Amino acid sequence: MTDTRFARMKDLPSTHWLGAGTPMCAGCGGLQALHQIYDILGNKTVFVNAAGCMTLLSIYPFTPFRGSWLYTAMGSAPAGAQGIRDALDILLEQKHIPPEEDLTTVVLSGDGSAYGMGVSATSGAIDRGLDFLYICYDNEGYGNTGQQFSAGAKTSTSKGPRGYPGYKKDLFALWAANKPAYVATVIGAEPLDLARKIEKATQLKGSRLIIALSPCPTGWDFDPKESTEIGRLAVKTGVWPLKEYQDGRVSHTKIPKERLPVEDYLKVQGRFAHLFEPVRNEAMLAEIQQRIDDYWADVV
Amino acid sequence: MNRKLLTGNAAAAWGARLAGIDYVPAFPITPQTEIIETLSGWFERGELQGRMTVLESEHSMITAAGAAAATGVRVFTATSSQGLLHAMEMIYTVTGWRAPFVLVNVSRGLSSPITLEPDHNDVLAARDSGFIQIHCANCQEVLDTMLIAYRLAEHQSIRLPIIVNLDGFYLSFTREPVEIPDQSEAREFVGEFDPGQIKFRASMPESQAVAVLGGSPYSYFRYETHLAMLEALNVYPEIADEFNARFGRFHGLLECFECDDADYLFVMMGCFATKAKDAVLRLREAGIKIGLLRPRLIRPFPSAAIAAAVSEKKALAVIDQNLSIGKGGILHAEIASVLYGIGQAPPILASFIGGLGGRDISQEEFFEIAQTLINASKTGETPPPRLLYTAREFKELKNLRAIAQVERQQLKENQP
Repeated sequence: MTDTRFARMKDLPSTHWLGAGTPMCAGCGGLQALHQIYDILGNKTVFVNAAGCMTLLSIYPFTPFRGSWLYTAMGSAPAGAQGIRDALDILLEQKHIPPEEDLTTVVLSGDGSAYGMGVSATSGAIDRGLDFLYICYDNEGYGNTGQQFSAGAKTSTSKGPRGYPGYKKDLFALWAANKPAYVATVIGAEPLDLARKIEKATQLKGSRLIIALSPCPTGWDFDPKESTEIGRLAVKTGVWPLKEYQDGRVSHTKIPKERLPVEDYLKVQGRFAHLFEPVRNEAMLAEIQQRIDDYWADVV
Repeated sequence: MNRKLLTGNAAAAWGARLAGIDYVPAFPITPQTEIIETLSGWFERGELQGRMTVLESEHSMITAAGAAAATGVRVFTATSSQGLLHAMEMIYTVTGWRAPFVLVNVSRGLSSPITLEPDHNDVLAARDSGFIQIHCANCQEVLDTMLIAYRLAEHQSIRLPIIVNLDGFYLSFTREPVEIPDQSEAREFVGEFDPGQIKFRASMPESQAVAVLGGSPYSYFRYETHLAMLEALNVYPEIADEFNARFGRFHGLLECFECDDADYLFVMMGCFATKAKDAVLRLREAGIKIGLLRPRLIRPFPSAAIAAAVSEKKALAVIDQNLSIGKGGILHAEIASVLYGIGQAPPILASFIGGLGGRDISQEEFFEIAQTLINASKTGETPPPRLLYTAREFKELKNLRAIAQVERQQLKENQP
């Protein structure tokens, strides 16, 4: 990647904008990503939130955000961003506010909203060329209510021997199919890759959408201190491809040279225990590995 | 003064234009679409400054409306029926943002069965949302109410969104002569939009609509909204008087037509009340002292004004163009709640359901209702609630059912 101010780790911002002491769970991979994203975006932002874990970041009368915030509902945060963007544009056009009062409009939602209830509002926003940044923290389930299945899930409500039998909806492809300005996947465990993508997104106009895989200790069932390691494993095993879409092209930003076996990622999470206990489900493990291998066969 | 033939929809659009709106988030739906088409034409021709954005649903439309108002611009939007219900989550949500804007609802019956023609179940579903609700009966009133609504919504002690309601087809598509106020005079009356503390600016970070934990802060904010709305009952008459002084037309909390010396009253809302006015005049010719009471504000409910207007009457007939399934007429229940405990409450409060899904209410039916009131007040017994439905209509429906059954039978017989 060229023209980035983030060449190496020590280039990452040393000023941290998001306040501490939030009600998020210990080891929340979503909060980890949000910290890094907010450090780059800064406080000239208005975060438009959809119902999810992070709705609890701002509880009257406290907020960790130094910028602005509007909670909307689960299904329509991008429409809230539309109303704010349009209103700010009108105020700027009519010279009711000077340019320095302008704000970047950011949608913040979980995967429950991004993959499901909010798809219509997001698709509409992209159609209209809305100038906004969408951040989805994807913990692969309705985390705030106890990790029930969402369309972003690998496994969840069903704790049977086969778990949730479906596969994750490809939100990246769904968004990219609408041809927005930018789509990227990120993860808090890869801060340099994340920083470069957020930097790029801030330099573009139009709809820019980011999916952050968010390891979730409570929902995925692992020790909070393992959160970053599990994030790294998601990348190293090829489960979470780091990629971006721009100008009609998809490119991978971090291709694992030698992918670790997927079970390295699965066996450290309680949510996948049914694949290993009471007996190893070789057929299922092979099927999952095959899916990942098939994905990467098309990439490299 | 500019006098033109305008539909109810065009009158609503003119009201928005004269109020100096900045932003219109829109979504089409019959019978409201003419409003946003009219506004869109004005934006395109540069006759209106600002912006219109067509959203992908009414849910998103109301979200955008609330968010734009919370950013600090004057917002107008419009919907109808299923659209209002699709938006209902946000109708309730945005009132708590205390960001004023005006929503026109063109009333239309709700599904199912799906229909296009009007009744009031759509707008009454928003009754408890925190939107102020004003119901209009003619095209002039629609235009005038728009200007009054912006003043009321944006008043510093209220700051709530308002629904201005007009009946689909009967009012939305009926042309009437309407006086269009002078642009500068209208703007002077409405004033500049003042967002107060509710806005988003880089130099003044603000968290709006945040979560609360527990019932205590929740109760506080909910009740505060309730008190703000009740305050509209005090503020409204001042604004209505000022409007009257400036434009020469008075639109009160209620319309009382031939009420003063009346023994009996029809109680109705919306444009079907104009049919009742006609009946009142004819019944008075026949020597029956009857009048019409039409509440314009449904939220806040003008309880004291209604109590004063009906005090010492012999009997009331509330004609509801809506149906709370499992209870009955909604306005009837609201009026009943006002009467309990007041000294001179009319002994008879009869309930009629009529005009559902645009079904007409004939003059003969108003006469029949008046006769029912006279009889009831003689016997002292309130009659049971009644649906206005004629024997002829019932026969026609039975014919439709017979056709449906024959069709089904023929399908069965023709199957191999």
